[in-house]
Amino acid sequence: MIIKPKADADLMVRIEQLNKWFGNAHVLKNISLNVKAGEKVVICGPSGSGKSTLIRCINQLEQHQQGVVEVLGEELNGNLKGLERIRRQVGMCFQHFNLFPHLTVLKNCTLPQTSNLGVPEAEAIERALGLLDKVKMRDHANKFPSQLSGGQQQRIAIARALCMQPKVMLFDEPTSALDPEMIAEVLEVMTSLAQEGMTMICVTHEMGFARKVADRIVFMDQGEIVEEAPPERFFSAPESPRTQRFLSQIINHGVHAQ
Amino acid sequence: MTAMNQVLAVPLTPPRLPWVQRAVAWSRSQLFPSVGHSLLTLSVIALLCWCVPAALNWLVFDATFVGDSAKDCNPAGACWLPITQRWNLFVYGFYPQAEQWRVTVSLVLAGSAFVLLFFKRLDRRLLLAYLALLPIVMWWLLKGGAGLPEVSSTKFAGMLVTVFLGTAGMIFALPLGILLALGRRSKLPVIRMLCVLYIELVRSVPVISLLFMASLMIQLFLPPDSAFDILLRVQLVLILFTAAYMAETLRGGLQNLPKGQYEAAMALGFGYWKTMGQIILPQVLKQSIAPLLTQFIGLFKETTLVMIVGVLDIVGIAMSTAVAPEWVEYGHEIYIFLAIYFFVICFALSRYARHLEQRMEQSRS
Ligand SMILES: Nc1ncnc2c1ncn2[C@@H]1O[C@H](COP(=O)(O)OP(=O)(O)OP(=O)(O)O)[C@@H](O)[C@H]1O
Ligand SMILES: [Mg+2]
Repeated sequence: MIIKPKADADLMVRIEQLNKWFGNAHVLKNISLNVKAGEKVVICGPSGSGKSTLIRCINQLEQHQQGVVEVLGEELNGNLKGLERIRRQVGMCFQHFNLFPHLTVLKNCTLPQTSNLGVPEAEAIERALGLLDKVKMRDHANKFPSQLSGGQQQRIAIARALCMQPKVMLFDEPTSALDPEMIAEVLEVMTSLAQEGMTMICVTHEMGFARKVADRIVFMDQGEIVEEAPPERFFSAPESPRTQRFLSQIINHGVHAQ
Repeated sequence: MTAMNQVLAVPLTPPRLPWVQRAVAWSRSQLFPSVGHSLLTLSVIALLCWCVPAALNWLVFDATFVGDSAKDCNPAGACWLPITQRWNLFVYGFYPQAEQWRVTVSLVLAGSAFVLLFFKRLDRRLLLAYLALLPIVMWWLLKGGAGLPEVSSTKFAGMLVTVFLGTAGMIFALPLGILLALGRRSKLPVIRMLCVLYIELVRSVPVISLLFMASLMIQLFLPPDSAFDILLRVQLVLILFTAAYMAETLRGGLQNLPKGQYEAAMALGFGYWKTMGQIILPQVLKQSIAPLLTQFIGLFKETTLVMIVGVLDIVGIAMSTAVAPEWVEYGHEIYIFLAIYFFVICFALSRYARHLEQRMEQSRS
C-alpha cells in the first residue's frame, strides 16, 4: 500500500504536467505547481503567456486536456456535480469585477450564499455586512454596482467571494483595469487578507505587492513556467534571461514597483 | 435685449423667463424654425382645425348611443346602435345567458392580472402563481367541467375569445420562448439542433398556414375519437408561433450579455439553472422588455386570424354584424369600434412596457 507523503495533506492546489490547447495553440505546456495551505503565490509574465488560462484551470472556467488539477484533494475533470462543490470553496476575482449589475451590493454578496450554500437569509446578510465592513464598503450596501467606482467594485467583488468562505482565493489581475489612485485601496484589502492567512494565487504585475506578500513568485512565458522563486531571490538574482528581460521592462516602465 | 441683461446679471440661478416668453421661444424653435417648417406647421394646424371638430361631432356630439333600432339614428352623426344593441354578443358571443357570469369573472381575472403587474411591492412568487394559474382557471370557467355545467366551445365568440387567446398566449409563450432560447445555446448538440430546427421552421411559415394545419391536419395525427378543442388548437399554434420569435429576441440578449457574468456565476458555484434563473435571465429580460412587449402586442393582434379557421373572435362578430340586414349601413361605425378596441388594449400594453423600462432605469441610476 502506498502512503502519500505527509506534505501532500495540506496541499490546497496540486497541478501536475498540465497541458492545454486552444485549437492548435499550445497555451499551457507541462505546468506543475503546488500551493500549500496559507501560501501566497504570485504569477507574473508577459501578455499572452497563459497566466489567466492557468488560474482559470484551477476552478475549471477552462478545461484542460492533459495532466492533473487537484483542488482540496479532489481531482477536477468532467465530473460536474463535484465541480460546483469545489468552486464554492475557491473564490475568484476578475480583472473586470463582474459584479451582477441587476442586484444591489448587498444582494450580490448574499445571493450566492443563500442560493448555493443554503445559508439562511438573515445569517447571509450578517456575514455580508461584516465582510463589506472589512473592505470599507458597508455604507454602500444598498447601491447598485454601476453607481460605484472601479476600486469600490473590486473591493465588493472580493467581499462577495469571501462570503462563500473559500479555502483558496484566485485573483486574475485584480488591479489592472483600475485607475492608479484606486489600485492602492484594492491592494490594501488583498494584503490584509494575506496577513490573515488566506491561501492566495494572484496573477498581478504589482511588484510591490508581490515583494511584500508573496511566498513564491512564478514567472511564466509562452505557456511555460520559466522560473519559480521566493521574492528576494526573484528580484535580486533572477536566473533566466527571460525573467531578467521581463523585470527590466517592468521596472523601466515603472509599473508600480513601489 | 433686456431679458439677456437680466440673465447676465444673475449668473448663479438658471435663467427662468416668464412663461409667455418661454412659450414664444419654444414655438420659435419647435414650430417655426424656418420658412419650410412654418408652412408645414401652419398646414398641419389648418388640417387639425378642419377635421378634429368634424370628427368629434360625428363620433360623439351628433352620434346616437341609445335607441332600439336603426330608425332612431341621427343621420348627421355616427350610429353606435349596432354595438350597444349587440353588446352582449360582442362580449359574450353565443354563451348561454344563465352562465355569462363565468365569462365576466374570467375577464375580470385577466384584467386584474394587468393591474397587479403595476404593483411593485407585490411578492413576486404570488404574482407568478397568479399568472400561472390564470389561463387554467379561465379555461375551467369558460369551458366548465369539475362542478360547472359544460359549455360547448362552438358557443365561444367575441371579446371572450380575443381576451382568452391573448392572455393565455402571452402567459405560455414567454416561458416557452425562454426554454427555446436556452436550448438554442445549449451545449448538448441534440437539444440545440432540435431548437434550431423548430425555431427556423416556425419562423419561415406564415401563421395562417400554421392555423390551417392546426384546424385540419392535427386531427389526422390524433386518435380519431379524441376531441382536441379547436380553440385550444389555435391557442397552441399562437403560443408555438410567438414563442419561436421570442426565442430569437432572447437569444440576442443572451449573446450580448458579457461573458464575465457567466464566469462570475460559475466561479461562485451557481449551477446551470441557478445561473440562468438568478443571474442571466433577469438581466436579459430587462433588456428585452421593449421587443418582447412588441411581440405580445403582435400576438394580441394575431388572435384575429383565428377567424379564418372558423373561430369567431371579436372581429368575426363585428363582421357578422356588419352584414346583418338591419345594420348593413353602419359598417364604418362597427370597424371604428374595432379599431378603438384594439388600440386601447395595445396602447395600454405599450404604456406598460414604457413604465417597466422607466422603473428599470430608476433602479439603476
Ligand atoms: N478563449 C480562447 N480561445 C482561443 N485562444 C485563447 C483563448 N483565451 C486565451 N487564448 C490564447 O491563449 C494564450 C494565453 O492567454 P492568457 O489569457 O492566458 O494570457 P495572459 O497571460 O493572461 O495574458 P494577459 O496578461 O494579456 O492577460 C494567448 O495566446 C491567447 O491568445
Ligand atoms: Mg490575463
